[in-house]
Amino acid sequence: MLTCKALELRQGDFTLQADLAFTPGQVTALIGPSGAGKSTLLAALAGFLAPESGQVLWERQDLTRTAPGARPTSVLFQDNNLFPHLTIGQNVGLALRPHLRLTTDEKAKVSDVLAQVGLDGFEARKPAALSGGQQSRAALARVLLADRPVVLLDEPFAALGPGLKDEMLDLVQGHLRAAGRTLIMVTHDPADAKRIADQVVLVAGGIAAPPVQTETLFANPPQALTDYLGAG
Amino acid sequence: MARSLVAITPAWPGAVAAALVLLLTLGTLAAVAWRAEWQGGLAAADWAAIRFTVSQALVSAALSVLLAIPVARALARRRFVGRKLLITLLGAPFLLPVIVAVLGLLAVFGRGGILNSALTGLGFEPISIFGFHGVVLAHVFFNLPLAIRLILQGWLAIPAERFRLAATLNASVWRMLEWPMLRAVAPSAFLVIFLICLTSFAVALTLGGGPRATTVELAIYQALRFDFDLGRAALLACIQFGLCVLAAFVAWRISIIDAMGAGLDRVVQRWDLRWPALDYAMIAAAALFLLVPLAMVVLRGLPGLMDLPPSIWDAALRSVLVATGSAILCVAMALALSLHGGALVAIIGVLPLAASGLVVGTGAFLIVFPFIRPADVALIVTMLVNAVLALPFALRAIAPAVAAVSEDFGRLALSLRLTGWSWLRIVVIPRIRRPLGFAAGLAAALSMGDLGVITLFAGEAQETLPFAMYRLMGAYRMEAAASAALVLLALSLSLFWICDRGGRTDADL
Repeated sequence: MLTCKALELRQGDFTLQADLAFTPGQVTALIGPSGAGKSTLLAALAGFLAPESGQVLWERQDLTRTAPGARPTSVLFQDNNLFPHLTIGQNVGLALRPHLRLTTDEKAKVSDVLAQVGLDGFEARKPAALSGGQQSRAALARVLLADRPVVLLDEPFAALGPGLKDEMLDLVQGHLRAAGRTLIMVTHDPADAKRIADQVVLVAGGIAAPPVQTETLFANPPQALTDYLGAG
Repeated sequence: MARSLVAITPAWPGAVAAALVLLLTLGTLAAVAWRAEWQGGLAAADWAAIRFTVSQALVSAALSVLLAIPVARALARRRFVGRKLLITLLGAPFLLPVIVAVLGLLAVFGRGGILNSALTGLGFEPISIFGFHGVVLAHVFFNLPLAIRLILQGWLAIPAERFRLAATLNASVWRMLEWPMLRAVAPSAFLVIFLICLTSFAVALTLGGGPRATTVELAIYQALRFDFDLGRAALLACIQFGLCVLAAFVAWRISIIDAMGAGLDRVVQRWDLRWPALDYAMIAAAALFLLVPLAMVVLRGLPGLMDLPPSIWDAALRSVLVATGSAILCVAMALALSLHGGALVAIIGVLPLAASGLVVGTGAFLIVFPFIRPADVALIVTMLVNAVLALPFALRAIAPAVAAVSEDFGRLALSLRLTGWSWLRIVVIPRIRRPLGFAAGLAAALSMGDLGVITLFAGEAQETLPFAMYRLMGAYRMEAAASAALVLLALSLSLFWICDRGGRTDADL
């Protein structure tokens, strides 16, 4: 289980406090107004931001000083998820070997996972030759292959159209959640949360609240959420 | 700013590069300061050298800027075939070996040159290119293009709307727009060129000399090479350093070679364009002044190309090796410093701008002289000094590119454990190939044409091509010198082209 223990983050004047645990194998949405600190919390979980105080724990192990690459987390960023000068095969292969010298066996795994996300035979292409949706699929394939138990999604599909975004969310649901990964997803769209999230963490007013079941939250929204969603 | 947990690359390569720069700039300065003989004070000849250095730089800068204004004005408001090419060519003198240009100028303005042939044919006295006006002529040749580019930038920075406004008001474009712009741009252009002219040893070496046309750097060379008066050479080096610090401070703030002409191909629509012939005459005159000497190098160099003595080809090989080594070292240092980042690195990166090759050379000479015969390390020292002196230009190309790659892909790489050497090999180098190639080409061309520190160290067995060419000119073997100049020119431009091209080919970003 991934836990934030009395975690306090600071960026200039901005502070965020979090004391919560993410249920393993479930999809948790971080929802709240822009600038509330959703991405900041995600950056701290991924290891890009050192907390002011408190700890990030995985099982019983303290991750606070662990480098991003040594954490049990994969990240899908808002953009720049693929290196434009590397082929799709190389981009996905980075999940197995950071130095890119893959064995035949590993190359077969790359082809397998590409086929799973519907990119059969795309190994030799460069990202620029792919559509936005295909690029997202390639990034997803790398996360699938990386085999790390926690996946952090920082609105990676925000630039896609609504139809394509839902398709990608379903893919995340169908592949990553089905594989038993713990998913933590930043979104500003309640529809995304309702679509795939089991539970929701409300990030507002400098505090990340403990997770609440998605239906419970939207059935009986707290003041901070209604403020954000607007009247009605 | 967010605190980062881990560095993506180790700190030691940046530290090594910084140490090398510090050794060659501040270290050599310490050596000259320590050995300088202050008690004797400055002799009359030293004061004369300082006066000459400053006065020729003042006149060169003033002439360059004054002549550049009408040319820049013409280029800013006329559209013609070849305009873009001409503007690109205006960036070329930065890559042109000084001694090649000097030879070209000699072919036009020298004793047996075109101009004097015409003058004597008409019954006039021939003019001499050597001395004050020769140095100024060469400096104007080198810096007129730079002045044109700087002032052209000023002209093109005037928004198109202002010209429309002036046209509707029927106001004078000159009084309302152009004069205020020139008042802002021309002084800084003047200053940059003044400071460049303070530190151009090769021009003074070839066209100056004698009691009335010796610069401080030339005096250093003579004190070291002919009088072997180390104390005096060191003292003069300290004086030159004082002049250079001034140079660095201003040059740092005003960009010299930014973007090699990007954005200069715009022509603003205007409504005050009478006298087109005058504009085109200015452009043609400037183009002739810049191109004829180079054409003369080619014309005079071609016939003797096959008869060049073998020693020249040996020198050419040495030059290519030094230039290649210098380019690799320079780019490696620039990369290491860029990956390290930070304010201290930025300061170290511009330090070499304050260093004159001759001052660094004198310091290096003083450091190695007690232990090794200077000639034995001539090529190594030249390579090191050239690499360090080209570093600020390489950094200006590479550092922003590396920063952009880290910004875009740093987090992704960290989360994929793509750090250290893998990060460099798989991400950084492929993504910065263009600036990397450009910087390597620049460093190679600058080193290839350098006639500075090598003159302090080399014997005949260590001659580089510019030095060998200088000796041919000294022996009045002008045919052979012209052929050597052609080889040097071709090699410099080829090295730049190969590196720059290598960065562009197949670089899909």
